[in-house]
Amino acid sequence: MYPAELKYTKNHEYLRPLGDGTALVGITHYAQEALGDVVFVSLPEPGTRLEAGEELGTVESVKTVSEIYMPSAGEVLEVNGELEAHPEYVNEDPYGLGWMVKLRLEGDLSPELLDVPGYEALITSESR
Amino acid sequence: MSDLKRTPLFDAHVALGARMVDFGGWEMPLQYPTGILAEHHAVRKAVGLFDVSHMGEIRVRGPQALPFLDWLTPNGVAALRPGRIHLTGLLTEQGTFVDDLLLHKLSDQEFLLVVNASNAAKDLVWVRERAAKWEVEILDESVATGQVALQGPLSLDVLQPLVDIDLAGIPYYGFASGGFRGVPVLIARTGYTGEDGFEVYCPAGRTPWVWETLLEAGRPQGLLPTGLGCRNTLRLEAKMALYGHEIDDGITALEADLSRILRFGKGDFLGREALAAQREHGPDRVLVGFRMLAKGDIARDHMPVLEGGHVTSGAPSPTLGCNIGLALVPVAHAGLGSRIQVEIRGRACPAEVIPTPFYARSR
Repeated sequence: MYPAELKYTKNHEYLRPLGDGTALVGITHYAQEALGDVVFVSLPEPGTRLEAGEELGTVESVKTVSEIYMPSAGEVLEVNGELEAHPEYVNEDPYGLGWMVKLRLEGDLSPELLDVPGYEALITSESR
Repeated sequence: MSDLKRTPLFDAHVALGARMVDFGGWEMPLQYPTGILAEHHAVRKAVGLFDVSHMGEIRVRGPQALPFLDWLTPNGVAALRPGRIHLTGLLTEQGTFVDDLLLHKLSDQEFLLVVNASNAAKDLVWVRERAAKWEVEILDESVATGQVALQGPLSLDVLQPLVDIDLAGIPYYGFASGGFRGVPVLIARTGYTGEDGFEVYCPAGRTPWVWETLLEAGRPQGLLPTGLGCRNTLRLEAKMALYGHEIDDGITALEADLSRILRFGKGDFLGREALAAQREHGPDRVLVGFRMLAKGDIARDHMPVLEGGHVTSGAPSPTLGCNIGLALVPVAHAGLGSRIQVEIRGRACPAEVIPTPFYARSR
């Protein structure tokens, strides 16, 4: 459910560092399950630079809408165009086909990022 | 969620892995692991099974039951035949809604009113207070009654082998009493999805057995247990009003585009005077259906309409593949083809007023 190589945020985004100063961002299994069937993902234009915690986009499900936030400071290099035709990838494969943006990381990774035990503790407390 | 009320099917929902939510004070399934979209399509194309045991049932009986209800509610109770049902409401003197309800006529002396769960206690007080001068008895049967709704084009195929009633003989908005594998039931050809289907009323204690029997019997036809999430998208496509959204105690029946439940010719009824006056000059605002013009714009409940008014319900339409909604808007902007703008997170998003219902099944 929560791969060890990823970093997580309190807002249920994940960050997958690719080792070359870039990273993929999406939402976690917990987040996609809470949203239910995703029908649209709104993302910024490539070239957009954002600080950690700034709004990155919105995810619309049948039932509700949720904002997604930058896990760590950086520039948007690419957005996942496949989600336009296949928003269900966010539900079916959040850490694979359901990735949302590719970032060029700037500066140190945000100190707010959680590892798997930290994130699992967070969602356990939220589920109560 | 310990203060919430639970239906007799609570344990069944949890066992199926349902996500439970607070719905008007009741802990109800929003969706099962299949998800809202799959559940929505199951009802449109095959069959879905809803727990609607939270709905309230009020029996009205006595020598004056018919004249009492003909005065209390706006639709034509005298003209309704026994064994038939109509949509009506409990209206205030202002012609606004205390609740909407389905009125089942057993005879001129006996009726069953099925009301919204979140309003059931208020409705009971409303009916009882107004019944004082009439020779009628008001019975609250909500707790004793379980209810499931089998909805979708294959509903009849699933239900017929289980009951001793000829279901094809029940017209839309008709009902019959009989046995469901020996359990006494009332079966109504009604629903809140825009599809053919049946609502089965049974003794509360037998509801889990009726539910399990239907789940099992419907498996070959692709029956899914279906939750409140798809119930909302289904009823929205069919333009069926939801209390607290399209109707409430601040919205009149004319504003809600429900003149079909008003029988001005039948004599006096609660709210008649105010509604007749409003009909005379026309309401200032009216409920319309719209679709968003840009793919990513999804209107949601309570969002403002920039021309005036607000969205009462909005969602993606799984059947139509576009984003739809209902809104109360000034009459000047209510014509078919009118362009309106919904404010979504600070942006003005264009929409077009289109005919409703958004979806109507072929009959």
